[in-house]
Amino acid sequence: MIREADDELTIFERSRAGRRAFVAPSLDVPERPLDELLAPALRRAEPPRLPEVAEPEIVRHFTRISKRNFDLDTGFYPLGSCTMKHNPKLHERIAALPGHAHLHPLQDPARAQGALELMWRLQQALGELAGLPHVSLHPSAGAHGELAGVLLTRAFHEDRGEHRSKVLIPDTAHGTNPATVTMGGYHVVAVGTDTQGNVDLDDLRAKASDDVACLMLTNPSTVGLFETGIEEIERIVHGVGATLYYDGANLNAIMGISRPGDMGFDIVHFNLHKTFTQPHGGGGPGAGPIAVSERIEPYLPRPQVVRRGGGSDEADAVYDLDYDRPKSIGRLRGFQGNYGVFVRSYAYIRSLGAPGLREVSEIAVLNANYLLAKLRQEGVLEYLPAAYDRLCMHEFVLSGAPMKRELKIRTLDLAKRLLDFGVHPPTVYFPLIVDEALLIEPTETETKETLDRFAERVAAILREAREDPEIARGAPHTTPVRRLDEAGAARRPVLRQRF
Amino acid sequence: MSRYTSATDADRKEMLATIGVESIDELFADIPAALKLDESLALGPGLSEQEVFEELRALAARNVCTDDEISFLGAGMYDHYIPALIDSLILRSEFLTPYTPYQPEISQGVLQAMFEYQTAISELTGLPVSNASVYEGPSAVVAAGYVAKLARGRRRFVVSRGVHPHSREALRTLAHAWGMDVQEAPLKDGLTDLPGLDDEVSAVIVQQPNFLGAVEDLEATAAAAAEAGAISICACDPLPLALLKTPGECGVDIAVGEGQPLGNRLDYGGPSFGFFTTTEELIRRVPGRIAGETRDLDGRRGFVLTLQTREQHIRREKATSNITTAQALNALAGLIHLSWLGRRGIVELVELIVQRTAYARDRLCAIEGVELLHEQPVVREFALTLPVPVQEAVAACRERGVNPGYPLERDYPEHPDGLLVALTEKRTRADIDRLAEVLEAAVQAGARELEQVAQ
Amino acid sequence: MADASYPEDLLYHPEHDWARVEGEQATFGITWYAQDALGEVVFFDPPKVGDSVSKDEAYTEVESVKAVSDVVAPLSGEVVAINEALEQSPDKINEDPYGEGWLVKVKLSDPAETESLLDASTYEASLQ
Repeated sequence: MIREADDELTIFERSRAGRRAFVAPSLDVPERPLDELLAPALRRAEPPRLPEVAEPEIVRHFTRISKRNFDLDTGFYPLGSCTMKHNPKLHERIAALPGHAHLHPLQDPARAQGALELMWRLQQALGELAGLPHVSLHPSAGAHGELAGVLLTRAFHEDRGEHRSKVLIPDTAHGTNPATVTMGGYHVVAVGTDTQGNVDLDDLRAKASDDVACLMLTNPSTVGLFETGIEEIERIVHGVGATLYYDGANLNAIMGISRPGDMGFDIVHFNLHKTFTQPHGGGGPGAGPIAVSERIEPYLPRPQVVRRGGGSDEADAVYDLDYDRPKSIGRLRGFQGNYGVFVRSYAYIRSLGAPGLREVSEIAVLNANYLLAKLRQEGVLEYLPAAYDRLCMHEFVLSGAPMKRELKIRTLDLAKRLLDFGVHPPTVYFPLIVDEALLIEPTETETKETLDRFAERVAAILREAREDPEIARGAPHTTPVRRLDEAGAARRPVLRQRF
Repeated sequence: MSRYTSATDADRKEMLATIGVESIDELFADIPAALKLDESLALGPGLSEQEVFEELRALAARNVCTDDEISFLGAGMYDHYIPALIDSLILRSEFLTPYTPYQPEISQGVLQAMFEYQTAISELTGLPVSNASVYEGPSAVVAAGYVAKLARGRRRFVVSRGVHPHSREALRTLAHAWGMDVQEAPLKDGLTDLPGLDDEVSAVIVQQPNFLGAVEDLEATAAAAAEAGAISICACDPLPLALLKTPGECGVDIAVGEGQPLGNRLDYGGPSFGFFTTTEELIRRVPGRIAGETRDLDGRRGFVLTLQTREQHIRREKATSNITTAQALNALAGLIHLSWLGRRGIVELVELIVQRTAYARDRLCAIEGVELLHEQPVVREFALTLPVPVQEAVAACRERGVNPGYPLERDYPEHPDGLLVALTEKRTRADIDRLAEVLEAAVQAGARELEQVAQ
Repeated sequence: MADASYPEDLLYHPEHDWARVEGEQATFGITWYAQDALGEVVFFDPPKVGDSVSKDEAYTEVESVKAVSDVVAPLSGEVVAINEALEQSPDKINEDPYGEGWLVKVKLSDPAETESLLDASTYEASLQ
């Protein structure tokens, strides 16, 4: 009998009764009968069926499965809207320092001054980047920041005795925006996109009313374009008394060049795990701080990190957690936010400084436009035309519709074929408004050579498809597993080990 | 040129020529001139790697961490020993640097880890369906509340006062936006005293063990909720679940919780992970990512993200949650920790903590004037009342290198003299004896002061 | 999956639903075009027997791996049966959309509504 290959076993399948990695510290207090401390009626019938495995096998198991992942440290990862930039190694060393890593969240603020000062300084830096005076680090991720923004909008209107019911969202928005609006207790009204990829201003005018609480705008948008009508958008939305929310998912394009606050926005969220380089960890953690205008500040989540005293002499300053915020929307989570994430992002901002952050955006936009031009040069755009034929910001969208028609391979096939060449594919089938979409974001940390190779590789796959489309349709061929039966997984969900 | 970019002057020139523009500024032509910054941000220059390290090391040095004092702080996050293999494994770039596994063929490691994590968490809570993590504890309670709202559509939550104050506050924040009321069930003798439930209740929410450390009767809560047609939700500390009757055994519909005690650092409160488990009945309402087992074209086993139509990117405004970013790396640390503890080890660990907690409870109650706030069974945390002002006693203990716990007065004004004391396997008998010694001295000093004031 | 087909004996709704009317009762389903656009169907969330459905309004959803689609009632009435086999095998909606992949049977409240539905050739032409 041939067994399942050893490196495909789960940790539970490696378990054998009697093996162990953990040895408990010795019992150093007088032992009392367990039944006396926790009556049998309070206890579970059987221990949890966790694996019984010694340390060598645990290490080998996780090391082996790790090798079945593609990762950013290995290769190019142009996943649009995710900003897969290099994660500096320094950050892990700093975050692991005991003073940061072993600090209890309920430590008295007087004994957590370093942490609070770091958070306060990060708030100042993010406020400066956004062009807005106040920052809360509280939300856990981008979508959580959006939720905070929607709740702040609600608090702002309610404080004025107004009850509005709608939030406007362009149809190019991230899927999170509509879900957030519903969770925030509002109704979504979609605003269309014009032929140039901008918000359709006529549609916006028609839908703006005094029942609109907010416009949530992603800028640059998810098609990688800066809203050229941004000033008019601001006039229309503020004209009906609504707030302006800036989804900062794509801030990597404009740092030090333009600021949401200067555009008139009331609320901005940052994705620290995108723009400010957190390791993505296979899908988290992140953090979603928000910056707000003066009129929104009273409603910020609680507690807020504040600096007291000090004046011009920073040495005398004391940092504290301010709970006394009567108009606050309250908490969205426990404790003070994802501090470990703040440490890394603050280190990043200090490493780069103002000139470095501006350079990040300049090179991110240069790389994106260069890659688009290079793909054109390689003839790729004949089959995968740019959805909007203009200069882009930090990312751009191609449509695979002509490729599907003429070469008989779909965007999905191209993506899967890229896997065979050690490249992570771009984001596919998003944004939804572009047929057979590919959203490509190279980021600033890639070299020109990497971009050249990517363009040449895509061109080579198209040439190959002209000869034999089956190769791409059957791709990938070199990965640990081939295409997986996703429909089967969804029809009969198996979500845990069968014992 | 910053050290994280590579475009030389020569590269830039060549790239601009290929694009067909003269300068980088031209690439930003879509931004209206009036909105362009005409001066540099007030963020100072960049620093060398060494300078950044020194600056953040100096900040770290200004925090009193659990290495610097004997800490009995808990109240939601606990100072457990984290085995060395966790750091060594989660710092592997193959776990640290990929994104969400959108391309399953090159993400089997992340996906298999999610599947194994779901299995391990299901085993702890005794509920068959687990997602692959949410942000953290209190927001997991909110996520469960949202599921109950969608499933039941009634206008009220009943939440025990034994639920973590941060969870209760987060729930209130969202309930307001949902047009729902939050009714608080009081504690009586340390346990939830559930009111009568009517047909306007969407969910009943309790915590196990509760914030004051007491082990709740989940069976009674689940039964009362079911009787009223409401969903029962339990926020759990995951380690005690190795010993306690599981939410699944008790008939609870949704068990959530803060995952930090499983292999995650304190990190001043985050990032950690939240877990979310439930019954088959609610499977299509679960928020966040879920991994499922399947086969590839050649029949080999593999794992994929599944039941994705629940999620925000597909169902949009009708989604079960707006969550996108999970806490994959933190959940992985949790899985490795549970694998390291194993089936027997986790029970031994919790039993050790139970014994030391019992010892600590006895030792501290032996101090004159110190009393138990409640006498219910506890696992790893218990509440006391002090005969002297609690902040002063805490400050006196800290001066002698012991952080005795969390004063309850901010969150429980009805217990102005309350102190919550938490144990982990890192607090030895010697540590507990030291706590008893300094707390006794602090109480005696406080009592003398009170006497003087009285005279 | 079979090739595109639009049987002559059915009536069609422009939202890609069909009805097979038999006296006062009708069977509903989604068209070949709809199942093809959706891809492999993985889940069908049936209404309950006794629920009332209204013409042109969504009465349930079908899900594929990466899409959710409302299913619109071509006619009004009360649900008298649901296709229970779909719980185990939702793929029948792809394999046999007009036969074993039927969704519900409905007792019609206003048989005159059929007049506004399309015949096969008109529906098929609308897809071009």
